[in-house]
Amino acid sequence: MNYFLTEEQEMIKNLARKITDEKVIPIRQELDEKEEFPWEVLKVLSQSDLMGLFIPPEYGGFGFGCFEMCLVIEELSRGCGGVAVTFAANALGAYPIFLFGNEEQKKKYLPDVARGKKICAFGLTEAEAGSDAAAIRTSAIKQGNEYILNGTKQWITNGGEADIYTVIALTDKSKGIRGASAFILEKGMDGFSFGKKEKKMGIRCSATRELVFEDCRVPQENLIGREGMGFLIAMKTLDMTRPGIGAQSVGIAQGAFEEALKYSRERKQFGQSISSFQAIQHMLADMATQIEAARALVYAVARFIDSGAKEFSRESAMAKLFASDIAMNVTTNAVQIMGGYGYMRDYPVEKMMRDAKITQIYEGTNQIQRNIIALSLIKEASSWR
Amino acid sequence: MEIIVCIKQVPESTEVKINPQTKTLVRESVKGIINPFDMYAIEEALRLKEKLGGKVTALSMGPPQAEESLREAISLGVDEAILLSDKSFAGADTLATAYTLAQAIKRISQFDLIICGKQTMDGDTAQVGPSLAEKLGIPHVAYVRKINEVKTDSIILEQMVEEGYRRIKMSLPGLITVVKEINEPRLPSLRGKMRAKSVEILIWGVNDFNIEKEKVGLEGSPTQVIKIFAPQRRKKGEILQGDIDSQVEQLVNKLKESRVI
Ligand SMILES: Cc1cc2nc3c(=O)[nH]c(=O)nc-3n(C[C@H](O)[C@H](O)[C@H](O)COP(=O)(O)OP(=O)(O)OC[C@H]3O[C@@H](n4cnc5c(N)ncnc54)[C@H](O)[C@@H]3O)c2cc1C
Repeated sequence: MNYFLTEEQEMIKNLARKITDEKVIPIRQELDEKEEFPWEVLKVLSQSDLMGLFIPPEYGGFGFGCFEMCLVIEELSRGCGGVAVTFAANALGAYPIFLFGNEEQKKKYLPDVARGKKICAFGLTEAEAGSDAAAIRTSAIKQGNEYILNGTKQWITNGGEADIYTVIALTDKSKGIRGASAFILEKGMDGFSFGKKEKKMGIRCSATRELVFEDCRVPQENLIGREGMGFLIAMKTLDMTRPGIGAQSVGIAQGAFEEALKYSRERKQFGQSISSFQAIQHMLADMATQIEAARALVYAVARFIDSGAKEFSRESAMAKLFASDIAMNVTTNAVQIMGGYGYMRDYPVEKMMRDAKITQIYEGTNQIQRNIIALSLIKEASSWR
Repeated sequence: MEIIVCIKQVPESTEVKINPQTKTLVRESVKGIINPFDMYAIEEALRLKEKLGGKVTALSMGPPQAEESLREAISLGVDEAILLSDKSFAGADTLATAYTLAQAIKRISQFDLIICGKQTMDGDTAQVGPSLAEKLGIPHVAYVRKINEVKTDSIILEQMVEEGYRRIKMSLPGLITVVKEINEPRLPSLRGKMRAKSVEILIWGVNDFNIEKEKVGLEGSPTQVIKIFAPQRRKKGEILQGDIDSQVEQLVNKLKESRVI
């Protein structure tokens, strides 16, 4: 469908597509099997300027918005969900600096991110704090001009590979979530190390790792915003990036759909191609319709955000929720259409199905998205008389 | 370092049409791409520029639509592009092409190195690079697979030969043609693509540089193509059945029948 992209958006999309076709698809299976971090692809993305897409021109980027990010994430995901999340989590780690950082912090960190010289990550989740992010325990105690961090973050995308980490820690345990603060950490700081690297079901080329802080001294200049703003910064950042997970979902679904459609025309059973069976046709029709609906929602939300909207938690959650459920459904049906071949690693759809599952879990599970949407609805209704 | 890369737009599809009168390719109707070997030439030029500074100019002779290929070169990072386009340039063979390019390069005048792809996908002659060097009176090395070192007045490189390679020192200014082993071409950048959209591509016709009209185009081309044809497909082979012994026997019989043995 025609989404009336501007010439620049068309350019960005085509560039991301070319990179996906030429540099991602040929290696995705190997990356998946070896659980190898996609440095080669990141190099291409940097050289093509896409790492700096969302960073303002004054810091060496392009100043594009959520929508253009979605276009790139969608295209990359069509090829490989793992590569796409590596790209997306870089933005997730950089957004807090870009959205809430002061001028010095932006000047210090963003130009290297824009050029792809440094990669970012975002650390909120802990062993005891998943959906209940307010239950984090990592502490940041002020001592002179420094904060001393102690604790362990878990399942941090780009962990170990990234250079810059936005980490949420408690500066005041007595205040609960109002006592959380956001910090910029750099790889190589004393007392900052990496723990276990996870073995995952899908998105296996992406790195998911523990961040360990043992009396890690962080200069006070690295506090983002003010003390106590950490939770707000995390939530606003996630509002901004969730449409990206929606775009990842659309891309994964699109990739699987294309494989299934192509296969259905080639595979013959009972003397005819399986695409001549109405059962298969209806599945294909439903899949295509669902993908288009998800894409339309993701694009609409991203454009709404870029229009300068102030409050968009609900819409952002809707985009992520709807698209990720669709991705799971579509990839499962793609495997179904391809039968036993779809289940085999020789074909890409089993990987797409494994990759799709994570979109329902990270950046807040879909149950949590429904909570966010419902809360926002009820709050709105309470203002009715 | 001032580098000139010579690139050609070639038809993407394999189903090319040939003008029955001139026996040359009809280029207007098919989608054009940069000749794949020229992509390595562009990449090598960009790498040299990134290392040593300077400027990369892309030069192409072709119909007006070849401008697209020059814009693509710009999107990859080439600084300037010049298209030699004129009705009278059409139908040029390798001699006329080399002459036209040489005259244009004389007008550019400033250069340290010219890089060409080893050959084009449509013509396949591999002649234009070397004859261009001859016309300019500069040294050349064809089939370069690696540049080892660049000094102000010379360059050390490796030339592919049948079994192995030759290390050669060539004085500058000079010309090289490159093979695909030399590098891996990059993809365009967003900045490059944005620049490519708006940048002016210089277009030079017969009157824009010093040309003797009888030396360009079809008129300046002594090569006459008599006929272009796809070679006849050979007859299908025959697969012998049965166990090894009986296959051997059948084979020997067949060879005898056809008087091979
Ligand atoms: C591959 C991967 C990468 C990740 N990357 C990052 C990262 O870069 N940075 C980061 O900070 N985190 C990251 N995470 C963490 C991710 O955001 C969390 O896994 C997610 O928020 C869910 O938390 P949990 O896994 O602890 O599940 P839990 O919170 O334990 O949830 C378990 C189940 O209970 C449900 N549930 C929980 N609470 C409620 C409720 N109130 N109402 C209804 N249902 C509920 C959930 O929906 C889920 O079904 C990553 C996780 C994975 C798996």
